[in-house]
Parts: sequence; structure tokens; C-alpha cells
Amino acid sequence: MAHAADHAHEEHPQGILRWITTTNHKDIGTMYLVFSLIMFFIGGAMALVIRAELWQPGLQLVDPHFFNQMTTMHALIMVFGVVMPAFVGFANWMIPIQIGGPDMALPRMNNWSFWILPFAFSMLISTVFMQKLGGAPSGGWTLYPPLSVQGGIGTDFAILSIHMMGISSVLGAINVIATILNMRAPGMTLMKMPMFTWTWLVTAYLLLAVMPVLAGAVTMLLTDRHFGTSFFDAAGGGDPVLFQHIFWFFGHPEVYILILPAFGLASQIIPTFARKPLFGYGSMVYAVASIAFLSFIVWAHHMFTVGMPIAGELFFMYATMLIAVPTGVKVFNWIATLWKGSISLETPMLFALAFVFLFTIGGFSGLMLSIVPADFQYHDTYFVVAHFHYVLVPGAVFSILGGAYYWLPKWTGHMYDETLGKWHFWLSAIGVNLLFFPMHFLGLAGMPRRIPDYALQFTEFNQWATVGAFLFGFAQLIFVYVVIKCARGGKKASAQVWEGAQGLEWTLPSPPPYHSFTVAPKIK
Amino acid sequence: MSSAFRNRLTPRAGPVARLASGLFLTVLALTTPSAYAEYGLTFQRPVTTIAHDIFGLHNTILIICLGIFVIVFGFMFYSLIVHRKSRGYKPATFNDNTTVEVAWTVVPFVILIAMAIPSTAVLLKMDDTSQADLTVNVTGYQWKWKYDYPDQDLSFFSNLATPREQIGSPRFSSAGGSKDVAVQKGDNYLLEVDNPVVLPVGKKVRFVFTANDVIHAWWVPQLGVKKDAVPGYVTESWAVIDEPGSYRGQCAELCGKDHGFMPIVVQAVAPEDFEKWVVAQKAKARAEAEAAASRTFAKDELMERGQKVYAQTCGVCHGANGEGVATFPKLAGSAIAKGPAAGHMDIVLNGKPGTAMQAFGAQMNDLDLAAVITYERNAFGNNTGDVVQPAQVKAARKQ
Repeated sequence: MAHAADHAHEEHPQGILRWITTTNHKDIGTMYLVFSLIMFFIGGAMALVIRAELWQPGLQLVDPHFFNQMTTMHALIMVFGVVMPAFVGFANWMIPIQIGGPDMALPRMNNWSFWILPFAFSMLISTVFMQKLGGAPSGGWTLYPPLSVQGGIGTDFAILSIHMMGISSVLGAINVIATILNMRAPGMTLMKMPMFTWTWLVTAYLLLAVMPVLAGAVTMLLTDRHFGTSFFDAAGGGDPVLFQHIFWFFGHPEVYILILPAFGLASQIIPTFARKPLFGYGSMVYAVASIAFLSFIVWAHHMFTVGMPIAGELFFMYATMLIAVPTGVKVFNWIATLWKGSISLETPMLFALAFVFLFTIGGFSGLMLSIVPADFQYHDTYFVVAHFHYVLVPGAVFSILGGAYYWLPKWTGHMYDETLGKWHFWLSAIGVNLLFFPMHFLGLAGMPRRIPDYALQFTEFNQWATVGAFLFGFAQLIFVYVVIKCARGGKKASAQVWEGAQGLEWTLPSPPPYHSFTVAPKIK
Repeated sequence: MSSAFRNRLTPRAGPVARLASGLFLTVLALTTPSAYAEYGLTFQRPVTTIAHDIFGLHNTILIICLGIFVIVFGFMFYSLIVHRKSRGYKPATFNDNTTVEVAWTVVPFVILIAMAIPSTAVLLKMDDTSQADLTVNVTGYQWKWKYDYPDQDLSFFSNLATPREQIGSPRFSSAGGSKDVAVQKGDNYLLEVDNPVVLPVGKKVRFVFTANDVIHAWWVPQLGVKKDAVPGYVTESWAVIDEPGSYRGQCAELCGKDHGFMPIVVQAVAPEDFEKWVVAQKAKARAEAEAAASRTFAKDELMERGQKVYAQTCGVCHGANGEGVATFPKLAGSAIAKGPAAGHMDIVLNGKPGTAMQAFGAQMNDLDLAAVITYERNAFGNNTGDVVQPAQVKAARKQ
């Protein structure tokens, strides 16, 4: 039944109990985002340890074993603790609102999905403090056996931690699918949904499909380590490469899990600040679905040097190259959205535009990597490191930052400081390119990955990268300041916030009531 | 922008064309391998046909990507400059166009096919290891390479030769290493070995890879060869080296703490010189084996040799002063190093299954083993006074 004032029903616990017991999608979204931001600095600190050691040839700061722990943990934290939780945070906040629903379909499970994470990551990060027992996992985030079978107890902690994160993701994915399929307001057909919601629907299916595969792979690793199996040990009839196939069957869709919501965010921000509808909505939806489908049949492009038969190498080369087609379609559609729009360059738009430009550079290096003969020279070098950092940092992370600036006024009811936002953007954009662009050259010149010390000819570009890393890293402190300042106050934000913004979230007040759309809105 | 200013621009040959050609020439200049030594912007100079082919493919794909980049972002930046609210530009309302969608799906697809054809051709060439003139078996160890020439009956290990003092040691390491400033680094820092792989020029060499412990990867950029070395399995590759020279590479698969410290040096020589090298190597191996088996060595000879072996092989895990590193046990005052020599020989020869302690009996000759065991029993304050002779090691092997 309709109620004149929602606040009559807003009894919820205050203080710490509110956050522990909340089933509210806005609260849970906020918790995911805050968690992600904290983890960003932890993973970032590890990156700075890596870049500090790589400032010049020689070993100055850390020994090689600790260095390997840093590279492994940096990746595990960034992938599972920063990018994925941030996107889930956006999903929680925005999907119910964007579809005109009152909350997520399964609010109590939603709470649990979040609260698993602090425990999972405490367990993972605690391994850094167990140096006498071998320290954190150090065989790369990809955990290839037999090296990861040699690892100490840190690897077991990491495996258990990954299981917990996987459960969190699977439960979250179920919630997203159930919400989108069942709780859209009447009149909101699937092809009327905002792109962010669409990309999350597809991402949720990917999560459901592949997180269990990762769980299987790491469990087989656990039993090889402790329970006498030899899945990955030739002496017992197994094969180390089997792990790679299983891992990457998860791993490749995983990287699309890390980017599809970013595509969704870009598709929200660009039309707003171009004051023009998204070009080719239908094509954009089909492109996302094509990318998701193709993501299942390309996994072995991470394994081109492993000794696959040539038929396999050729198949995976062709299938991987194909992904460039729907991805290109998306880039063209974003540019067509800009074309003959009326563009303004507020901070969210700056991040979204930088996303399109810089993600595409990562896309080009990805295309180069898909060419198998050339990949024999690129594989396991800094060229690969450059590629995936371009798609993940000025790719996924910039979309997250852009989305945060975009919706901060809606969430808090205050405009953020635009001047500081622009400072954050420009320092980040310069830093990120200074940090990762030289890595293309390092890889081409012959520098392998995952090494704590390097031959003299790689010095200059490593120094550029280290300077860029510190610039980029410290620039993120501006973001923390902006967020805190905005949460506490600032110019009052209207419901519309941005002149060109379209969608149900902009029909709600800023901030929206604790329970919004308790009555379904009418969709035209 | 005022129309007068814009009119001045129009008579000149398109700015986009000028930008594109300038960019192209810059890229061309910057990517020739000889141009920049320290700011290497592209692959190292190829010395095999395959490496040449890969380089050509790389350049072709790169130019195509750069071309697409310039066109696509030309549109984007034009729009960002011209279609601005601040310039008073009013937004259009169009939001789809089927023709354009089909066009920018089909055209990229065709470009991909054009890229796939030469790529397939080069890959098929790379896959053909048949009709080789010479076979070399390569085995990856933690953390060195072993090379066997089965037809020449040669076998040797190849270790990093850069002295540890050049690498320095971390200030905060648990290894307790010295805090001395590192010594001046040599030109081939981290890319030099004690025993390079000598190969004949102009002959097809087939490489057969495997590993002893974890996955490694053998990579020499100038040869265009990279292949994973998987324990328990065999992979292969091949090369015909066009010109004599030293070609350096590194392990390309994370294999533990010294992954960055197990380089590869290929020495390509004229075929006659290769034959001479084979003869010399066999003579050297014979001489060492005889020397070790026949005589009794003095303690200080063994200690001196043992210290070198220790520094190269054992110190990375057991510490420069036998103090242990992380989970790897210390040797200073250890029960094994101070207890019965038989037990010490056993663990060095046969390793400890389920741990990273390898069976060094398979990797080292009797003299080196005797020397390092003697060293460990007397250094680090252990002072057992024991001397282990190569003959004792030889006898212990049979058990």
C-alpha cells in the first residue's frame, strides 16, 4: 500500500549494529565500495614496494621471495578485493533503483555476501605476517603447480580465502539475476533497461558459470598439496598443464567479469555529458552478449607457449582475434554517442573518456598478443603486464572512479568538489600512462615478468614506471579526500544532478530515501 | 573558433594527413632496433628467419593498429573539440543507424582475416621441428639450466655467472646479508653464465625441453624461441641461427625465488668451431672425472672449491653464512652438518622428497659434491674437521 512518508518505516539499528545487520541495498553497496577503497590502498602499497625495488638494477629493498609474495598478493587483492567488490557495490546501489525495484531480491543473503569478504581478506593478508612460515603465497596469482605445491601454509590460507570470495561472488550473482529478472517495474522490458544493469545481468551469469571452476581448480591444488592426489604431478599420472586449462577456463571469463560492468558505467556516463542518447543501444546489448559468449572459448590464449598442438593454437588465435569485433563495435558506439552531442567535461566524463581511449590501447595490445607467432616473443614479458594493466587500471579502475564521481551527488545529496576532482583525474591520467606505457617497450626489448632485478638496458623505462607509480598512487589520496568531504557536506544536489542524465535514479531525491520505489514507478 | 581563423586553415593539405605521416615516420625511426640502445623500443635484432618473420608480423600488426587508432581517435578528438556545449553546439538526437553498425562490424572482421593469414603461415613454419641437424635437450632446474647433446654425449649445467656482490642484498632481508653497497655491475649483468650453449650456425637445431621440478620457460629473443619446460612432459622448438654471436635470454615462467637469476647464453659459432668445442668439452669432462676419482684432496683445496659451489648452488636457500632463509633450514650448527658424514652425504645426494631440497647427486660431479659437503661441515663455525673425498661420494651413490 502507498504511504505518504517513507520515514515512518525507517526504524533500523544505529551505530555499528546497523552496518553488521543491514539488509538494505544502499548500505550494502556503500560497504562494498568502502571495502574496495581500503583494499585499493593495500594492493597499491604492494605495487609501490614492487616499483621501489624495480627503480634500479640490483636488490636494494626486499629479497626475491618477498618480492614474489608482493606480486602475487598485489594481483589477488586488486582482482578479488578491489575491482570485483567495487562493481558489486555499484550493482547493489544502482540496480534496484535503475529497474524501479525496492531492493535486491534476497536482502539477507546480500548482507552475508558482503560480510564474507572482510574475513576472507583478513585471512589472505595475514599470510604476509607469517614470514617465518614461508610468508604469503608467492607463485603468482595464477597459482600454477608444481610451484604452488611447493608453497608454504600461506598458499593454503589463500586457497581457503579464494573459496570464501567465490561463495560471496556466486551468492551475489544469484541475487543480481533474481533481482533483474523478477523485480523490474512494470513496463521495463529487458530492452529498456539501462546499460549498467544489462552488463551486470551478463556479468552475473559469467560469475555463476566460472567461480565454481576456480573453486575446483584450487581444491585440486589443495588435495595435491596435502591429501596425496596428483592431478598436476606427472609422477602420479597427472599434468601441470591441466591446472592451467582449468584455471584459465575460469580466468578468461573472469577478465570479462572485470570489464563488462565498466562498459556499463561508460554507457551511463557518456550519454549524460554528451546530452545525447547512447548510440546503438541494441547493438551494445548484443555486443556485450557476444563478448560474454566468446569469453568461454578463448582461454588457452594465456597458454600459447605451453606446447599445445598446432590445431589448438590456431583455434584459440582465431577465436581470440574475433573478440575484437564486438569490442570495437562498443568503442565505435561510444564515439558515435559523442558525435554531434553537446559535450561538457565534468570529472565523471573525463574518467569515462579516458576509459574509452586508454582501454582501447589495452585492446590493441591484446590484439597483438592474440597473434600466436608474435606472442612467443610477448608471452611472460612486460608487454603482457602493460596490456592487462591498461585494460584494468585506466580501464576498470577509471570507470569505477568515474562512476563514483557520477553518483556521489545522488548518494550523498552534495556536489563533490569539482576542482579537486579534476586534479585527481589529471594526475591519475598522467601517472597511469607514465607508469604503464613504458612497459610495452620493456617487454618488446626482452624484460621478463615477475623478476625482482633486471639487466642494465631496462633501467630507464623502469625508472619512468616507478615515478609514474608513485604519482598515480599518491594522487588517489585526493579521491579519498574528495569522497569524505562530499559525504560531510557541499553544495546541495538536486534530484536531476546532471543536465543530460536519464534514468530512474535521477527521479529520486538526492540522497534517495532509505527505502526507495516501495511503490513501483510507471515506465513509459 | 571564428570563421576567419577556420578559413585560413582550409587551403593547407589536411592536418590529419600531415599528423599521420609525421607519426608514421617517427614510429619508423624509433622502432629500428639499432637506433636506441638504452631506450629499446622494439624487439632485439633477429638472427633467425623465424625471428625475422615474427618481427615482420609484429610490425605489420602494429602499423594496422596504429592506423585504426589514428582514424578512430581522430573522430573522437574532433568531436570532443567541436561538439562542445561551451562552444554553443546543440546536441543532435539520432541514436542509431543500421548501415553504420553493419559496416563497423564487417570491416574489422575483414581486417582480422587479413591479419590471420600471414600469422597462420608463420605459425605453421614454427611448428615444423622435423629434419633437424642437431638435437639439444634442455632441462629447467630451480634455478639453472642443464643442456644435453645426446648425439655428442655431452652434458653440463649452466649457471648465472654474475657475482652475488654485484647484485647486492636487500637492506631489510631476513637473509641477514651484508649491508654493503653493491659492487659495480658488468655489461652483461644478469645475462651471463658459466657454460653457454654452443651451437653451429646454419644448421637446424631441435630443442627438446623438460624440467626437473617446476615449470620453467626457455627464451632467447634473438632466436625467436620461447617454450615452456614442463616437469614430466616434453615440449620442443627449433632454430637455424644465421650468424655467429652471443645471444642472451632468460627464464620466462615464474619458478620460485631465483626465477630472475637463471639466464641463457647461446654461443653460435661456425660449424668447424662447434666440432672443436665438442671435442674439447668431452676431453674436459673426462679429465675432471679422472682427477676426481683417483686422488686424495687436501682440506684447503676442497674448502676453496666448496665455497664456490656453496655460493652458487646452496647459499640461495641456506643463506650466505649458513644462517637459513625463511623456511629453508640453517646449516650453521645444524644436526646434519655436524652429525655423521653419511647422513649429510645422503641428503645432499638424494634430496628430501616433498621439499625444495633437490637430489644434487644427479646434478653435480663427485668432486664438487665432496667439496661442498666438506665446506658445509667446516664453515659457519661448524668446525667438524671432517674431510669428504670424491671417492667417498662415489661410494655413497651406490647405496
